[in-house]
Amino acid sequence: MAEKHKTEWRVVVGRATGIVVLLGGILLAAGLCNASAPPDNSVPSIFDPRSTPAESISHLSRFVLAITGLIFLVVFSLLLYAIVKFRNSDANSNREPAQVYGSTQIELAWTIIPILIVVVLFLATARVIHAIQDAPKPATAVEVTAIGHQFWWEFRYPALGIVTANELHVPVSDSAHPTPTFLKLLSADTDHSFWVPQLAGKTDLIPNRVNGMWIDPKQTGIFLGQCAQYCGTQHAKMLLRVSVDSPEAFDAWIHVQKQSVNRDDREVTGRQVFETTACVNCHAVGGTNATGRFGPDLTHLMGRSTIAAGAAENTSENLRLWVQNPGAIKPGSLMPAMKLSDADLDALVRYLETLH
Amino acid sequence: MSSDAMAIHAAEVGAGRPWVQTLHEWVTTVDHKRLGILYVLLALIFLIIGGIEAIVIRIQLMRPHNDFVSPQVFNRMFTMHGTTMIFFVIMPVMFGFANYLVPLMIGARDMAFPRLNAFGFWLTAFGGLLLYFSFVGGNGLYGAGNAPDVGWFAYAPLTSRAFSVGHSTDFWTIAVLVSGFGSIATAINIITTVLCLRCPGMTLSRMPLLAWMNLVMAALVILAVSPLTAAQIMLSIDRYLGGHFFDTQAGGSAALWMHFFWIFGHPEVYVLVIPAFAFASEIIPVFSRKPIFGYPAMVAATVCIGFISMAVWAHHMFTIGMNSMANTFFVLTTMIIAVPTGIKIFNWLGTMWGGRIQFKTAMLFCVGFLFQFLIAGLTGVMLGTAPFNWQLGNSYFVIAHFHYVIVGGIMFCLFGAFYYWFPKVTGRMLNETLGKLHFWLFFIGFHLTFDTMHIPGVLGMPRRIYTYEPGRGWDTWNLIIGIGAFIQGLAILIFVANLVFSYFRGSKAGNDPWDAWTLEWSVSSPPPSYNFASIPTVSSRRPLWDRKHPEDPDNRYE
Repeated sequence: MAEKHKTEWRVVVGRATGIVVLLGGILLAAGLCNASAPPDNSVPSIFDPRSTPAESISHLSRFVLAITGLIFLVVFSLLLYAIVKFRNSDANSNREPAQVYGSTQIELAWTIIPILIVVVLFLATARVIHAIQDAPKPATAVEVTAIGHQFWWEFRYPALGIVTANELHVPVSDSAHPTPTFLKLLSADTDHSFWVPQLAGKTDLIPNRVNGMWIDPKQTGIFLGQCAQYCGTQHAKMLLRVSVDSPEAFDAWIHVQKQSVNRDDREVTGRQVFETTACVNCHAVGGTNATGRFGPDLTHLMGRSTIAAGAAENTSENLRLWVQNPGAIKPGSLMPAMKLSDADLDALVRYLETLH
Repeated sequence: MSSDAMAIHAAEVGAGRPWVQTLHEWVTTVDHKRLGILYVLLALIFLIIGGIEAIVIRIQLMRPHNDFVSPQVFNRMFTMHGTTMIFFVIMPVMFGFANYLVPLMIGARDMAFPRLNAFGFWLTAFGGLLLYFSFVGGNGLYGAGNAPDVGWFAYAPLTSRAFSVGHSTDFWTIAVLVSGFGSIATAINIITTVLCLRCPGMTLSRMPLLAWMNLVMAALVILAVSPLTAAQIMLSIDRYLGGHFFDTQAGGSAALWMHFFWIFGHPEVYVLVIPAFAFASEIIPVFSRKPIFGYPAMVAATVCIGFISMAVWAHHMFTIGMNSMANTFFVLTTMIIAVPTGIKIFNWLGTMWGGRIQFKTAMLFCVGFLFQFLIAGLTGVMLGTAPFNWQLGNSYFVIAHFHYVIVGGIMFCLFGAFYYWFPKVTGRMLNETLGKLHFWLFFIGFHLTFDTMHIPGVLGMPRRIYTYEPGRGWDTWNLIIGIGAFIQGLAILIFVANLVFSYFRGSKAGNDPWDAWTLEWSVSSPPPSYNFASIPTVSSRRPLWDRKHPEDPDNRYE
């Protein structure tokens, strides 16, 4: 009987060690994966911040991780020690151990120490909350209104008179001349959440409510994110791209966006298809009679690298497929299949490709 | 045994009677033990269903751009998985154990209100049936039904008629409403039983911790389920009587629903976890061969958690744009609740310290619980840090965290409770070899799935997406998560096989297989009708210890 207990115990220890090694391996791999994240920001890790709010969150997070990691190590060691040391063995198997009912001193100790830890964590947290939420808006800030729709993003720059969709352009902000972007967050239908992990934490877009957040990206490039509040069937493909531009590139982008569409009379058939079918009920093209607001503004469609809120690359084939059968790319999206003839479809796609 | 008792016993065994009569007895029963068993069986059935839904979710996400199920089906799966597991698995199974054990442990012959007890069970059962009827009836009875797809917390305005056509949301609302009434009924019953039916000598300070914790749980049920019930009624008014509580298109407030839901939702976490604490508080002492360390501190910590849990709800809402003062307040309350929770973990450790720990399957599950609940608590502190939450909220990190609580914490305790009390309920032991296999498979599967699941959250993967883009560093993790899910599924199958096998072929348990100390082990297994031929009298927290060690009874030290 005693022998059996012993072998049983060995098996337990063996397996437990195996599992700890396995878990350790997983965590290590995670760390490596994190460390070797590709430089093109394709992995939107929260520990790879590129903007002040994300950075201060990352700092706080590392601090909290360190403290909780320490607590874990201490308590886990105690647990492991208890399991190994106080297991049932041959020497003591036939008598009951000393019956201990408790100790007020020990209870006080493990009440007061955690309270002190809580105080430290709370103060550190309160500081960061204040720093991020109550940050003053400088006069040089760019203001953008982001409106969540099922299942795409509308971005309006009220001071600049620009309306675009899904791909947010903001200027890079350097500490000498900060040009942060302040976002006013609204929703046209259900709840959404704006989350680009490398730039800031998420904030929800809630109908009938005005929320706000800000970013001040320190580096140019494309930053990825997506809707983080379940908003309906295609919540998964409500992707977000933030293009952080150099000041010159941002000015150039503004210049293009402010223009109405170039009249390209070569594609008059396509334009006619666009303007005489249901397209115009939902989509706007600046300078034409297409003024719908239910779907994304298409005035400068070709300036965007993706369509359908990031669900597909912006190519002729994808545009054609999207217009013909949106369900093939994004089943459940609110864009209806247009059921056009092949000739009309080709003409329409050619027209769309003139919208630079 | 008197001839009456013999007759009752024969009736219970049901030898040679038509099955209809047996069925009739179970359907019309008001006996707390039978209702307890019914609750547990109901929960086990829904556990299998909810588990299958989880497997579907994980298969779909095993690789990017997978098309195993459509987005519509995926959204229904996660809604049904969450609703099922919370309302129709964990809550009923906890009520089942409370029903079965509380009267036995406090020396009572039944619950205070046996008929209310049966009423509560059947409301819960029919609530569950109603929820699943949505698969047939969601779009009406003319064919393709659909299940609710609004997520288990059903944020407004997705539930309004503009965004949720058909009746799927109504099935969800009414199912939760109906089972909620059942929960409130059972909670009232538990409170009354614990307060009024304790046997002579069992003062509140001598009551087993299981009874204490179920008392606190029941109080929380009344406080938490009531606002949810109110909110469901308001939602129905919105949908059918032209109300605008949550109808944002007519000036209603989406945030109002969030407040209503989470002022239910957070105490609900403790409604689920406190009974799990209760199991651990009974099992760990018996297999450590020591009384629970710091009984008064345990009681105080439980009551404390009960109170504080009513003031933390908005930490589920850090991202909705509350002002910095509100966020700071909820950070504080959330962090404070870690203190009494920590006290509990330390007291369980203190109980094991200096003991003679027997690693029966029940104890293995409880040790697994301690390890995992420690991690769950610490990731909870991370999520309670509002700025960290702005990143982690609604990401896979949250999913990993609360599955760590619900699977790693609650389910592990629950399995421990099955292995510990199955002999009492059936008179037969669960097979230990199968039990250890169940434990290790489930342990490995659990860690593969839920340790890994933290990582895609940190890498920016939001919850509730039916597919994701390749190249974001999420692919491998999701594959591992899926593999772990299958291993857990296999472990559950072994568990169910063990239940069935041991029920028919398990070795006889006897009255007291674990050499335990609470009153349920003083009666036969299964316990006779009305439990105690004569009501026992107790003079300490461990009445059976006193009987076994008359030379050194507990009441000298308490």
